[in-house]
Amino acid sequence: MEITLTHYLILAAVLFLIGMVGFVVRRNAIVMLMCVELMLCSTNIVFAAFSRLHGDGGGHVFVLMNFAVAAAEAAIGLALLVEIYRRRRTVNVDDLKALME
Amino acid sequence: MHSDATEILLRWIVLVPLLGAATNGLLNRRLPRQVSGLLACAAVGLSFALSVVVFLRLTGMPAAERFVSDTLATWISFGNIRIDLAFSMDPLSAVMALIVTGVGFLIHVYSLGYMAHDDGFQRFFTYMNLFIFAMMTLVLGENLVMLFVGWEGVGLCSYLLISFWFSDEANAAAGKKAFVVNRIGDFGFLLGIFLIGATLLPLLGAEQNVLSFRTLQAHAGLLGPAATAICLLLFLGAAGKSAQIPLYIWLPDAMAGPTPVSALIHAATMVTAGVYMVARMNFLYVLSPTAMAVVAAVGVATALFASTIAVTQNDIKKVLAYSTVSQLGYMMLACGVGAFAAGIFHVMTHAFFKALLFLGSGSVIHAMSNEQDMRVMGGLKNKLPVTYWTFLIGTIAIAGVFPLAGFFSKDEILWKAFSSDGGGVLPWALGFFAAGLTAFYMARLVVLTFFDENRASPEVQSHIHESPATMTLPLVVLAILSVIGGWIGWPHFMGGANHFEQWLEPVFAVGHGAAAHGAHEVASAHGAAAAHGAHDTRMEWILAGASLLWGLVGLTLGWFVYLRRTSVADGFRTMGGGFVHRVLLNKYYVDEAYEATVIRPGYRLSRTVLWKGVDAGIIDGLLVNGSALVVAIIGSVLRIFQNGMVRYYAWAFTIGVTVFVLYLSFSG
Repeated sequence: MEITLTHYLILAAVLFLIGMVGFVVRRNAIVMLMCVELMLCSTNIVFAAFSRLHGDGGGHVFVLMNFAVAAAEAAIGLALLVEIYRRRRTVNVDDLKALME
Repeated sequence: MHSDATEILLRWIVLVPLLGAATNGLLNRRLPRQVSGLLACAAVGLSFALSVVVFLRLTGMPAAERFVSDTLATWISFGNIRIDLAFSMDPLSAVMALIVTGVGFLIHVYSLGYMAHDDGFQRFFTYMNLFIFAMMTLVLGENLVMLFVGWEGVGLCSYLLISFWFSDEANAAAGKKAFVVNRIGDFGFLLGIFLIGATLLPLLGAEQNVLSFRTLQAHAGLLGPAATAICLLLFLGAAGKSAQIPLYIWLPDAMAGPTPVSALIHAATMVTAGVYMVARMNFLYVLSPTAMAVVAAVGVATALFASTIAVTQNDIKKVLAYSTVSQLGYMMLACGVGAFAAGIFHVMTHAFFKALLFLGSGSVIHAMSNEQDMRVMGGLKNKLPVTYWTFLIGTIAIAGVFPLAGFFSKDEILWKAFSSDGGGVLPWALGFFAAGLTAFYMARLVVLTFFDENRASPEVQSHIHESPATMTLPLVVLAILSVIGGWIGWPHFMGGANHFEQWLEPVFAVGHGAAAHGAHEVASAHGAAAAHGAHDTRMEWILAGASLLWGLVGLTLGWFVYLRRTSVADGFRTMGGGFVHRVLLNKYYVDEAYEATVIRPGYRLSRTVLWKGVDAGIIDGLLVNGSALVVAIIGSVLRIFQNGMVRYYAWAFTIGVTVFVLYLSFSG
């Protein structure tokens, strides 16, 4: 079976949905962060697929940039979580509501 | 346009006093008194020297071309309006510049002595220099806007100096009164400038320095239809600054300031700004006989009105203040009958003798331990000889006795009031009567102050001393000027050449409709004036003789009544059951009338409508608190969504994105 664009898009959609559902239903902040990474990854697949289809290198550029953004986001997010954990001894987002009025 | 090194001096004439003020103002008490005082005097002295240099340069030019200007920058430029930051000097502003810096310098020197023991020494000289700067901007400003800048500047300095001893509430109130009354006049002045702009701008094409006096003069004809309105509005400003009816009320109160201030600002220079402005705009005023008539009427009314009040005042400075108001009335009368040169002539001679009289009174007050009430003075003749003699010269000068300065200028004004088209017997008679009153109240002042026995307490008496040289020297110089200052305008009918009028001829020539562009040969002016004078010199001689006699009568009467026959003075006090005296002593109850008709209703209006209604109700209530309330309501709604639950935000975000994507997918 030949692998077409559709397969890539379905894979991307599935990954995105997994990420989205995980982001919404889980309470562990680290897992939520991972779900965000998953969604970012799915967009990377779409970019790469279309880049290949059109023979346009622009998509690759976006993929690389996405990596950079994702890496930065993960670094900051995890650093924050480590600090939160040190102070609150939890990363459960339901317990983190100090900004509630 | 003459371009050489002279014109650049113009800016320094103005800026040197500003530098003096800045140095004094910024360093203030860190500056030793001697340095501060010398610096201030040097700044004004230098300004005077530079004025003389430029003046001499002007004298070297042909009469019609006497004009130098110095443009620093373009200040405002939009549409076809251009307003320059520029100074210029023509014969008229040269005269004013010399008076302001010359008399200003003498008064600065005098202040060294007078203010020597004052805590605010440096502050005083800061304000004084700042005043000279503002006044020179006013006088040398090349356009109406520059003039207005100076106009407001001198108003500010006047306010600062009137309430110089602000810890006394009466002084602060006097400063406030001066400022507010002047603002009323300035409002009219500003409207006048706007009206000029509104009338002229649509008629002019390319970008023009539209409010420059030269442009205005060249296009005066275009302003013709609006001339009356413009002139009356400008005159409202002049009435405020030059203390004319109905806005004169601030000047007598302005005597709350230190005496040198009264001499410089409230007698010799600033208060003549209104006269200067009317003279400067002469080309416009001559277009409107109505406005001229108003100026003349207000002038003569003020002259008479103020001199009657002066007769009864007991405060030595108040007498001089009302005298100033009255003399300013004469200057306005001169302008109103078209004799602008005579008006400016009186500005000059008045600057000499009134500065002298004020400084003399300052010397008296100084000697009397700050006592200003003439009823407890007397007998100072021998104790203050320099002050006495110079004061006497000033008195004779203001009374209009030949050959002192006051005679020439006052006589010329009265003659013009009698003989000009705009004048007549009535303005002459009123002015003439006021001149006699002037002599009378000045004689009264001298008698009460210098003659008879001293009526002060023994303690004050033991302190009486002649003032130091820094104070007496300016008195002597001003006394000399008060004697000889008038000779420059020796009239034609007495065989003189009236150099003063001749000098101003190019400025006022256009006003007299003689020539469109001031190309007026001195010779022809000379001839015309001589021819004019030839056929009625007899009348001039008669009127001049009458003025002289009348002045002498006034002086003698004042001397006689207050020294020899005090019973007559008592009789005057009880005349009509004391009614007349009471009315005059209370200055016709004008302040009280203003209080009842303007101030109290204004206060009530401010309190009930403007404060409680507009400010507290609309601005604070509706706008400030209202807008805050709206924001609070919106906030309380939005607060529901800001619950701090991360998963809630995640859901909202997801649903939002989903809805958005679906919308994009299905909206085609």
